Amino acid sequence: MASLVGSRVERKEDKKFLTGKGRYTADINLANQTYAYFVRSPHARASISKVDVSKASNAPGVVKILTGDDLAEDKIGGLIAGWKIVSQDGTDMKVPAHPPLANNTVNYVGDHVAVVIAETLDQAREAADLVRVDYKVLKAVVKTSDALNSKPIHEGIDKNLCFDWGLGDKSKTDEAFSKAEKIIKIDLVNNRLIPNAMEPRASIGDYNPSSENLTLYTTNQNPHLTRLVLSAFCAIQPEHKFRVVAPDVGGGFGSKIYPYAEDAVIAWTAKKIERPVKWVAERTESFLSDCHGRDHITHAELAVKNDGKIVGLKVETIANLGGYASLFATVTPTYLYGPLVLGLYDIPVAFCNVKAVYTNTTPVDAYRGAGRPEATYMIERLVEKAAKEMGIDRAEFRSKNFISKFPHQQCLVHNIDSGDYSAHLNKALELSDYKNFENRRTESKSKGKLRGIGFSTYLEACGIAPSAVVMSIGAGVGLWESAEIRFNATGNISVFTGTHSHGQGHDTTFAQIVSDKLGVPIENIDLVHGDTDKGPFGMGTYGSRSLAVGGTAITKACDKIIDKGKKVAAHMLEAKPDEIDFKAGEFIVKNSNKKKTIGEIAFACYLPGQYGEIKSPLPEGVEPGLKETAFYDPVNFSFPAGTHICEVEVDQDTGETKVVAYTAVDDFGTVINPMIVEGQVHGGVVQGIGQALYENARYDESGQLITASYMDYTMPRANNLPELRIDYTSTPATSNPLGVKGCGEAGAIAAPPAVMNAVIDAIDIDISMPATSEKVCNALQKNKKNNKEAA
Amino acid sequence: MQRVSLVINGNKVSREIEDRTLLSSLLRDILSLTGTHVGCDTSQCGACVVLVDGKSVKSCTLFAADIDGSKIITIEGLANNGKLHPIQEALKKHHGLQCGFCTPGMVMSVVDLLKNKKNPSDQEIRDWLKGNICRCTGYQNIVAAVKEAASKM
Repeated sequence: MASLVGSRVERKEDKKFLTGKGRYTADINLANQTYAYFVRSPHARASISKVDVSKASNAPGVVKILTGDDLAEDKIGGLIAGWKIVSQDGTDMKVPAHPPLANNTVNYVGDHVAVVIAETLDQAREAADLVRVDYKVLKAVVKTSDALNSKPIHEGIDKNLCFDWGLGDKSKTDEAFSKAEKIIKIDLVNNRLIPNAMEPRASIGDYNPSSENLTLYTTNQNPHLTRLVLSAFCAIQPEHKFRVVAPDVGGGFGSKIYPYAEDAVIAWTAKKIERPVKWVAERTESFLSDCHGRDHITHAELAVKNDGKIVGLKVETIANLGGYASLFATVTPTYLYGPLVLGLYDIPVAFCNVKAVYTNTTPVDAYRGAGRPEATYMIERLVEKAAKEMGIDRAEFRSKNFISKFPHQQCLVHNIDSGDYSAHLNKALELSDYKNFENRRTESKSKGKLRGIGFSTYLEACGIAPSAVVMSIGAGVGLWESAEIRFNATGNISVFTGTHSHGQGHDTTFAQIVSDKLGVPIENIDLVHGDTDKGPFGMGTYGSRSLAVGGTAITKACDKIIDKGKKVAAHMLEAKPDEIDFKAGEFIVKNSNKKKTIGEIAFACYLPGQYGEIKSPLPEGVEPGLKETAFYDPVNFSFPAGTHICEVEVDQDTGETKVVAYTAVDDFGTVINPMIVEGQVHGGVVQGIGQALYENARYDESGQLITASYMDYTMPRANNLPELRIDYTSTPATSNPLGVKGCGEAGAIAAPPAVMNAVIDAIDIDISMPATSEKVCNALQKNKKNNKEAA
Repeated sequence: MQRVSLVINGNKVSREIEDRTLLSSLLRDILSLTGTHVGCDTSQCGACVVLVDGKSVKSCTLFAADIDGSKIITIEGLANNGKLHPIQEALKKHHGLQCGFCTPGMVMSVVDLLKNKKNPSDQEIRDWLKGNICRCTGYQNIVAAVKEAASKM
């Protein structure tokens, strides 16, 4: 059997999706089901004196209306921030209560006030209009830049400051700056984004009063953690009587990592009324209530020697958390951001300060890349600016500062095991035909277009990380992963993973690994995930962790299967276990032709005996069955890196900016399925192009989200994009046995600075993301006017 | 309420429905044809595209009552006796889908394109697909799949 690892194996999961047989949460309908509709705050900030449900309760078809008072009466707990951050002065972060239904105050437009349950969705929606809420509208804090100077929106949280966190050696950094030959400064805004998975969120609660078991079907990236939070913190249902199922999930990008208020309310309500309750978000509800991403304001400075060698970095960031602290909201702008501000450069000293603030906007949490796109945007814009100001070629400036020896202990946190940054830079220079760029610029100019080129050489940290380490710096849970390999008696295999696939193709990639390890045909291997009743507790999918951590757990479980198989095979073949080799699905006695297939071993393990003779194929002390579980705690992060080069053309009259060429050369270590990895890069890069050119969550002064539909929030469409050039280099990770590094977020991390550096190179004006036609056009007009006045 | 009679995937269907019932709702909620998805409610994303009398249409903004007597093909009815349509085959081969949510609408949209254009160029494909949003793939492999499907039809 040929090796599958490294092959473009077509996806096992595709057929159901191509024929309309996918089963997403909204596709599930249960007998006797009711429908939920949420009453949401139309105000960004208000206190609530009364929620009057009397009229709504009498509306046709209404089964139940529940409010924050009912929630409090049932002692349902609030949603949590799962990572404790400690401020520079030693104080703990400040986190406001976050009840799933508002308790006297609302803190963003879309905040949850009440839930109406009715026999039909239309009846629920109509009755929701009759719920009368007495709001006293309060002055909202909307802008990130206003938060620190505004009155607190949450009682007792002075300056709206959740924490003031520092990383690095401030005094050494100040010293490096005092001696610097050149200091390059930059001010940046990392625009607020809305993840917009194509499947709107949905939840269905189903309580069985006989067994007292509660099931929650939900659009979620990590069902076990959702169950843990809803059980341990919200106190809805004990964990052992609570099943969370995340069936087919239509994209996540981070926005479906968390248990949301709707999940808590739907689970609790279903239990309360003892009937299934179904809720499916309308798209505008998704815009208002799915966690948003990014939203940073940053000032950064780079200390450089005249020869272009970087000697220090200072970063000051204000990160907007929105109205409450969501589950991973506090780690995203700290430990997922701060350590990465160094990029892939050898920078001897650095200091990063992050102030996280509350505003009356939708909570912000991890979105594809989570902290790393923000860090990469900062350092790559800064480095490009430094190269330009110092008259050094952008590639040469970067190359001069690359980390070149591995392992490399960075001055902040990370110990990078492997990489070859010149290799991907050089390959990208060649593929993008960098040396002839100026000719292309001239050619564009002859057509009246401004052409620019931009680079992004990025580093990311995936596969987070030893549990003891992350818990020592505030994580509420460990970040290990589980796997179970369950052979069936007939020789086929169910593989259980604690990760979750919602587009990444785990059903295929993980089966490729198992097929190679155990020598079982891929069609006889089935991946099971997304159901807390089926597999062991796992930590879900985010942070490009699934293959590096989950894949390793699977590998380890396979190793245990092989170990047991050797014992059984040795007994059956009358040899010693250490005389048995395992290869391509066969246990073979060394230097002989005596062998047993793994299928025969599985059969013997489940049917250990034969007619007419009392004789077991299992050696003494070996239990029947062939099923092994492994938990893997990573020993380090993995460190993908790469070079992305973007070329844009700007129409001087309209400001329309088009990406005309895009080259990505990434080092993901070992690649299991190149076809799937390419797909991840395409998707990530396009989301990054979206951030750079189109996407922006905009609030008006009162805190109304004015980009709350696909009519108003622009995402890349097929006709906005060029054909991307994708290639790889590979330095296998040393921190996991597969040598894999993670590829899911790289594109979204690398692309925004590559595109913006290109835009700025084209128009020679510093503008912020997104570089919309309007913004670029205005900048060009203003420049023209200024130039005229100066002349 | 009114009675609507349609032929859906070759089967005659007749139902008494509310006037406000959208075609997407008739398909998903009343007929349990959940392969047609609703992604945006504003006819922007195209996850809900089906063929009505051979033309690709966004079913989330069409009253079922307005198309009484029409023939409808949904994603469930595209494969012919288990044989996938060339675009379904090509999307699998070229990894033109990831989470699969936009896929049914994307497929139905492409079926309409390929009926009217024998060998569309990259740009023609990209322009046609601007009414179908995919958040996962970056469209590149979808374009490749459409080209291949065109060559096989």
